[in-house]
Amino acid sequence: MTTTIIKTTTRILAPLILVFGAYIILHGHLTPGGGFQGGAVFASGLALLIVACEDRVVKRRFEKVPLSPLESIGALGFLGMALLGLMGYTFFKNVIANSGFIFGGRTPIGINPGFLNTGGTLAYMNIFVGMKVLAGLTSIVLIFFLLLGGKKDEW
Amino acid sequence: MMEQLPALMIAVPLFGAFTTPLLKKRYNAAAVWALIITAATLGLSLLLVQEVLNKGILVYVFGANKPTLVLPSGYKVPIRIIFEIDGIGAFMALSATLMSFVGALYSYSHVKLETGLEKYYALMLLLEVGILGMVLTGDLFNLFVFLEIAGIAGSALVGFRNYRGEASEAGIKYLIVSAVASLMVLFSIGLLYGEYGNLNIAYLSRQISFNTVDMIALGLLFVSFAMKCGSVPMHYWVPDAYTEVPAGINPTLLVATYASLYALFRVSFSLFGAITWSMARVGWIMSVLGVLTMFIGVTMALIQKDVKRLMSYHAISQTGYMLLGVGVGLTVLNDPAKLAAFGRDAMAGGIFHIINHIIYKSLLLMTAGALFYVTGTRNLNEMGGLARKMPYTTVAFIVGAAAISGLPPFNGFASKFLIYETSYQLNPVFTVFAMVTSVLTLASFVKVFASAFLGPPLEKYEGVKEVPKPMVVAMLILAALCILFGLFPNVVLDKLVYPAVDALLKLAQYQSWGGLA
Repeated sequence: MTTTIIKTTTRILAPLILVFGAYIILHGHLTPGGGFQGGAVFASGLALLIVACEDRVVKRRFEKVPLSPLESIGALGFLGMALLGLMGYTFFKNVIANSGFIFGGRTPIGINPGFLNTGGTLAYMNIFVGMKVLAGLTSIVLIFFLLLGGKKDEW
Repeated sequence: MMEQLPALMIAVPLFGAFTTPLLKKRYNAAAVWALIITAATLGLSLLLVQEVLNKGILVYVFGANKPTLVLPSGYKVPIRIIFEIDGIGAFMALSATLMSFVGALYSYSHVKLETGLEKYYALMLLLEVGILGMVLTGDLFNLFVFLEIAGIAGSALVGFRNYRGEASEAGIKYLIVSAVASLMVLFSIGLLYGEYGNLNIAYLSRQISFNTVDMIALGLLFVSFAMKCGSVPMHYWVPDAYTEVPAGINPTLLVATYASLYALFRVSFSLFGAITWSMARVGWIMSVLGVLTMFIGVTMALIQKDVKRLMSYHAISQTGYMLLGVGVGLTVLNDPAKLAAFGRDAMAGGIFHIINHIIYKSLLLMTAGALFYVTGTRNLNEMGGLARKMPYTTVAFIVGAAAISGLPPFNGFASKFLIYETSYQLNPVFTVFAMVTSVLTLASFVKVFASAFLGPPLEKYEGVKEVPKPMVVAMLILAALCILFGLFPNVVLDKLVYPAVDALLKLAQYQSWGGLA
């Protein structure tokens, strides 16, 4: 499966896909998409990299990557952001919006191009969900890839 | 603090579910952690029941400035996700947390030798979250989301022993059934949303005009929830799923099934409760389905040789009693005289039977799990003479078998008696079927008792001992509950069941979010 065509294409496309995924995650509160979609795009970039590499290279690279803890941390972070609202308000209350903290800038009223430094907990939640989704999807792809092992050239 | 209770009911087990996968270094760390989390959730749900009994409907608006701010700053319609907890929601939440706790306690020893336990406990807590969300929410789409969470966690748990081919098959079957059911639910939610532009159950029930589209939505919701609660003729997944799931998950999976039954009641009584078209027809359908379910379930149970499969068919049959009880209530919903005379008691019987059945069926499935734990087989023909070796399991089994057959003074008698008396007044044929089913249930459990526990001791089970203490304690807790609920049914009826029935009947209160709007 790993041919020169795939390798060359990957070399050009993978950085673009990864950056695009990160962009969708970070701009989740401004543009269409969000944590899940961005995480899926990011994971598809990683899947492309996995497919383009040899078995043992993939194994060596991913040996030290804590995919499963990363997934837990993503979920826990999401829950933690929701729990922040319990400080005087309710579960999921957006306490960071308009507070001056990072992502807590004041949202201008009226037509505007969209400002990254707004959104409050939404932006953080997108980042955490993106982290969880990219870790989860990458580990699924990785498991399938390693299960297939050396047999992949048969078809 | 107390006003944040509904959010904590979800947040605490969710926190447990997300932290458990991190605990894979030591084999029992995840088990102990799950036990702590389920115990904490059980405590929270007891507080919740107390709050609901004292104050009536609890409303929790997510993301608002105050938990009770349903309609902020002059809005006419609710826009946020709202949890609306009335008597029956609190009742189901208590059952779910109690059973998860007992299941976690039982699992501590039962699945000790399996691998991937951190995932097992994480999925178990996720299943609990799914059930709790389903029974506490007041939002249709939220109901769908939690239905999916429960369905996916449940099917992964059914296929947990993936080295057995049957387990994987049962897992896939459960996954497909859940997926079909929840897609149908999603479709009908889409119909309702397209028509009325809102997802809040209380708000929708005031708007519904019951045109053709609404009728389609009702039909789809009814069928898909009936499918998920294992009513005949959509019962085929129940025996596979209950048989293959590890016995420690059985209690939680049972509650997951009855969470769908709860959703069925919620749809019939609250969402479509205000329509002018009489719900009596739906009530008759529910009652007849109930009778068919109980009779077909028990006749199929009689011929089984696999002990857990036999009990799973009984689970189908017992679901019929709940459908019958509540169906009788629904039939006479628009007839105040009959409702007061027997409808309310019929519903009390049906709902009381939910918690009774959850308790004794979990107990029985746990004893079956204990038999499997010591003998390594579930085939009744290969067992025998285990009563001397496993005295506690035997006692637990006798209590469970007597309770499911409706013998006094166990809890099954209390709820079945209510159902017999009240369904007789609607149509005597129902009662005849219900009683025959009870007799057949007793017959098949006598068979299990004789072949597994009585008889001469077998040589190959010379060395078997009683199961480990956590399993014994879990079984004895449930056996004690069986006897307590049977001896003091009026306490349970007054504190838990009648508030739940009244919550279903008092539609106006549900529609106004307990008087908030």
